[in-house]
Amino acid sequence: MSSFVKNIIRFIFFILIQVYVLDKIHLHQMVTPYLYFLFILWLPFKMNRTLLMIIAFVLGFTLDSFRHHPGFHTAACILIAYVRPFLINLLIPQEGAETNYEEPSFKSMGGLVPYLIYTGILCLLHNAWLFFLEAWQFGDIWYFFIKTILSTAISLLLILITELIFTRKQKFRTNTV
Amino acid sequence: MRNIFLFIRLYFNLIFFLLLQGLSIYLIIHYSKYHHAAFGNFANQVTGKVNSQYSRIDNYFRLKRTNDSLVKANEALYNRLKMDFELPDTVSKTMIDTIRVDSILQYKKYTYLQARVVSNSISTQNNYIVLSRGKNKQLHEGMGIVDINNAVVGIIYEVTDGYAVVMSLLHKDSHLSGKLLKGGETGTLNWDGKEPNIITLSNIPKSAKVAAGDTIITSGFSTTFPKGMIIGTVVAVYSETSTSNFRIKFRTAANFYNLQYVYAIENVQQEPINKILDKLKQQR
Repeated sequence: MSSFVKNIIRFIFFILIQVYVLDKIHLHQMVTPYLYFLFILWLPFKMNRTLLMIIAFVLGFTLDSFRHHPGFHTAACILIAYVRPFLINLLIPQEGAETNYEEPSFKSMGGLVPYLIYTGILCLLHNAWLFFLEAWQFGDIWYFFIKTILSTAISLLLILITELIFTRKQKFRTNTV
Repeated sequence: MRNIFLFIRLYFNLIFFLLLQGLSIYLIIHYSKYHHAAFGNFANQVTGKVNSQYSRIDNYFRLKRTNDSLVKANEALYNRLKMDFELPDTVSKTMIDTIRVDSILQYKKYTYLQARVVSNSISTQNNYIVLSRGKNKQLHEGMGIVDINNAVVGIIYEVTDGYAVVMSLLHKDSHLSGKLLKGGETGTLNWDGKEPNIITLSNIPKSAKVAAGDTIITSGFSTTFPKGMIIGTVVAVYSETSTSNFRIKFRTAANFYNLQYVYAIENVQQEPINKILDKLKQQR
């Protein structure tokens, strides 16, 4: 399956899961489970940064259409799409690892810890920016912090579960530069 | 000139990023003002179709609960039937009624229109409810929405041909007016964005006598809701130190977690009121 088709299927899958499964779960007022932005984290290494931001815009906008108020998720998605390449450059273990594998995962990032840092930071950024935009009219700083941290913890748990259930086959590609 | 292009090329990603962020923040702030734009219509048609497919399946799992609440609503209606009341005969002389038979139709003010909920959110700070009934079936903007037990849910915000989007009470821009049933003091509702089903009523003077458990009803000042529909019951009363007002937290009578069917309220006498208001505006 080509990478393009695979990503389109993923896109639809993540949006549907977010809208019809995770949004229906009301754990607590402080916790909103978000998983859909894993789509951005899973995009190929080689993708151009401008294209990355355009895809993030489309993803956020689609989710916002279901929520009937565009802007919130769009802004958060664009932020993590912009920060993603910096983080990958910092965390990738050796030169050329991103050309050996196609997309970020446990294996291609060189272990559990770098991958967790990668997802953790982007997840925190996404939730913090989203809740900040949602809450700036309300202006309760402690509420904002606690909600961000709890939601990030739940999101990370969901990401781990997703990684364990859907193991992605990562081909090792040598001499492809 | 060359330097400008060089700068743009060097920082293209940063500029593009800031541009997109600016666009989305612009959308957040201005969306409510320009919601008539073609986008809103199109997106609602698309997401509405997907949502109604989903809710068709979802409905089966809630049939029992829907049934129970309908039985309850029916019970309340049966208890109002005229034949269940015995009026004592107080007149000694037979009178012939000269009023027209269908005189009630003349004075009818509100009509109820049923609608099915296809999507409903409570987890964000701005919550909307989507109904699978739209412009082509008599719904229009600004109609009041109540649940099947006549408890206030929200106001229609946007309509397309097949769907209507309702701004629920759980929305930071929804400011209905509410009234205390006991004292009659009127205040403004607003939601602090935290706990679903808990809303604040502000601008109630400290002279009012309020206690937990009191009922809050619609004031009837606006033309959207009839007077005296239930909104909620008081949970806690806080006195604001800086003003002479109470801040009252109350639990909504409508349960926003499981809305299945709602009624839209059409004010039949809206037209003449609007005409007078327009006339006044023109004179000024």
